[in-house]
Amino acid sequence: MSDTANSLLVQGARTRRRRAAEARFRAGGLAAIGIAALALNVLLTSVISNGVGAFKQTYITLEIALPEAKLDKTGQRDPAQMAKVTTFGYAPLVRDALLAQVDVAGITTSLPTKEIASMISKEAVATLRDHVLANPGLVGGTVTLDVLADGRIDGYFKGRVTLQSAALDGNTSPEALRVAQALADEGVIGTRLNWRFLTAPDASDQRPEAAGLGVAILGSLYMMAVVLVLALPIGVAASIYLEEFAPKNRISDLIEVNISNLAAVPSIVYGILGLAIFINFAGLRQSSPLVGGLVLTLMTLPTIIISTRAALKSVPPSIRDAALGVGASKMQSVFHHVLPLAAPGILTGTIIGLAQALGETAPLLLIGMVAFVRDYPAAYSESAGLFGEAATALPVQVFNWTQRADPGFAERASGAIITLLIFLAVMNIAAVLLRRRFERRW
Amino acid sequence: MWFYKTILSLPVLVFAVALLGLIGAQARARLAAGGDVRSLAALPRAHGMNAALSVLIPVIASYAILSFARMIGRHQGVEFLTDRTLFWAVLAVALIGCMGAILRFSARFRARAASEAWINAMLIAASAVAIMTTVGIVFSMVFEAASFFKQYGWRNFFLSTEWAPNFRGNSALGILPLLWGTLYVSFIALVFAVPVGLFAAIYMSEYAGPRMRSIAKPLIEILAGIPTIVYGLFALITIGPMLRDYLAQPLGLGDSASSVMTAGLVMGIMLIPFVSSLSDDAMGAVPQAMRDGSSALGATRSETIRRVVIPAALPGIMGAVLLAASRAIGETMIVVLGAGAAARLSLNPFEAMTTITVKIVSQLTGDTDFASAETLVAFALGLTLFTLTLCLNVVALMIVRKYREQYE
Repeated sequence: MSDTANSLLVQGARTRRRRAAEARFRAGGLAAIGIAALALNVLLTSVISNGVGAFKQTYITLEIALPEAKLDKTGQRDPAQMAKVTTFGYAPLVRDALLAQVDVAGITTSLPTKEIASMISKEAVATLRDHVLANPGLVGGTVTLDVLADGRIDGYFKGRVTLQSAALDGNTSPEALRVAQALADEGVIGTRLNWRFLTAPDASDQRPEAAGLGVAILGSLYMMAVVLVLALPIGVAASIYLEEFAPKNRISDLIEVNISNLAAVPSIVYGILGLAIFINFAGLRQSSPLVGGLVLTLMTLPTIIISTRAALKSVPPSIRDAALGVGASKMQSVFHHVLPLAAPGILTGTIIGLAQALGETAPLLLIGMVAFVRDYPAAYSESAGLFGEAATALPVQVFNWTQRADPGFAERASGAIITLLIFLAVMNIAAVLLRRRFERRW
Repeated sequence: MWFYKTILSLPVLVFAVALLGLIGAQARARLAAGGDVRSLAALPRAHGMNAALSVLIPVIASYAILSFARMIGRHQGVEFLTDRTLFWAVLAVALIGCMGAILRFSARFRARAASEAWINAMLIAASAVAIMTTVGIVFSMVFEAASFFKQYGWRNFFLSTEWAPNFRGNSALGILPLLWGTLYVSFIALVFAVPVGLFAAIYMSEYAGPRMRSIAKPLIEILAGIPTIVYGLFALITIGPMLRDYLAQPLGLGDSASSVMTAGLVMGIMLIPFVSSLSDDAMGAVPQAMRDGSSALGATRSETIRRVVIPAALPGIMGAVLLAASRAIGETMIVVLGAGAAARLSLNPFEAMTTITVKIVSQLTGDTDFASAETLVAFALGLTLFTLTLCLNVVALMIVRKYREQYE
């Protein structure tokens, strides 16, 4: 044994080893947190960088001539008569307007007219028709309209499509992109903020540029309304019973285990429940927000019950005793004193439960919410009842778009995720602020 | 009569009757008291409340029971209850409740206790919803699964290694390839999530100061708040192609973007907060005296953690891992978007495989025929999944609960 091993001033080999192990262990902990932070960072960056493009959209400004001979043969400007002209009647007008713009800009190109016309979204013709039918007075003159550019042209201006990738693409060509660039230099094509993404309904497989989240957001809102109206009262009532009134016996023990287990049941199982019970047995309508809301209610209940019970538990017994002491019944002490004091905690738990429900996808797939829905669902209709009209939901719309072939939909899906995350962030921040503002330490 | 058809008329009428009871019973109590409420066993307000609840609660109960009976009737092919009868029956219940409460009045009637009995019944009914949900889950799967086993045979289902559904019949519907995919993905997810989550928990509960903790804990909790569809998309457009281009193809292990590895890795990220927050709780519950004792004997912090804190918190940590495993097995969106759709029994983690949840989704979406084995198999799969996760959950909850009592 050497002298240094026993000195307090110099570290021995053993101490050094132990210190090194200590440092390694600590670094491991820090690394774990680093990995989690990195994962979160990469996840958010990837989704945002992929999806931010969905909030911008490329438009082509066209001056479209609207000849009376083609659009309104009777000359009455009667929308019912004019509606007989289908989109096929309008398609040449849009095409000619673009060809005229190409001529005016002095762009020479070998591109056939059909391919030049395909630079405009197929949605544009329908847009023009709707616009004309809404304003019959325009017929006979010209109208200046911003129409959607085709998905590939849109992708080019957002950097998703390049000249190299266009050469391999059957739906566009480098020459078309060059023409588009020339038109953009003339100010005919421009990219700007895309509010339609949040309001427009879904679009068909060929038209990612026209697809929007309107129906999905509406469907999600309806479902959240159902969840809030059902899950909050039922959850609070159940928690009050379990926390304040239930006798401590085997049955309440069973209920407790049952609730903890329900909170951990895979969400897809709730989808099977919804399909078998609400749709096949009870005969409610497929893909309706009502069924979606019911399924999400059952899923959210355990979350709300668990957090409500925690909130009730944190109210000190002295409050209950004081109420009982001045002659309140047990029920009065709970409803008049404990519940108001627990309200902030209950609300926080409810918001978090709702946020969870908003992002849930799997069960909604099974109850038919993946269907293609273009019509805005009404909250109530005579034939379908309350929340009975087919709808989709935000997360399901994301899934739906990931299943489509056109790469434009990948951008849309990420954009929808950004929207979803913004909703969730707002809800969670509200919950945190609520807790900060009203939390009471006893 | 048109009005029983519109959705609002029944609730409006019922509330009107309840209001009538509220006012009627209260007025009667006031009248009987003659200005001195002390002669009554309960305040007039309580009489009113009792009358209103005697309307509302029987109405809700009778409406629920009658609608349920009607549904069962419909499935037997009997339509014994029209909208109209239902409407009048419920309205009759409301009126009887209202009249009964008003007529029942006496000065000695303890209306507060009576109204609270109604509320208590309502609270019990609300807690019964949780039990009904579990019953509903089991019922929704048991019958369909039973008719599947009648068609297909349970031996083939549980023991066959081939999954090849064919909607023209003659399908092979063995669960083993799906079970293998499920367990493989979950295993990879746990291999990633358990060390990371555990070390993160150790750092936060044993090393980090309050400042660091106040940053790191919410950061990790954000991961728990992100919906699984987001993780799924992340697997699909980022992790999948990345693993394929930089790992699988150069190593010659496969060229599929969706693979067990993709889904497992992304699911691992999702599980980090589960493991870390539950382990953090478990380690936080270990009494400080145990740490102090260890330090006093000269142990370093890491030695204390490894030899004292972790063994003491082990049941809680085990519970956390089991709950995370149950999450992983039941997770759907990440595997739907990240793992692939081909049923395969393979050891190569860079190959696409599929899981139980993926096949539940694919067999139950689109055109479904609830008489064919190809659709019904989803219910058998669901039941298997439910049983599997139920066992994991119950064991985990038992461990966590038992352990919690030890130190409290």
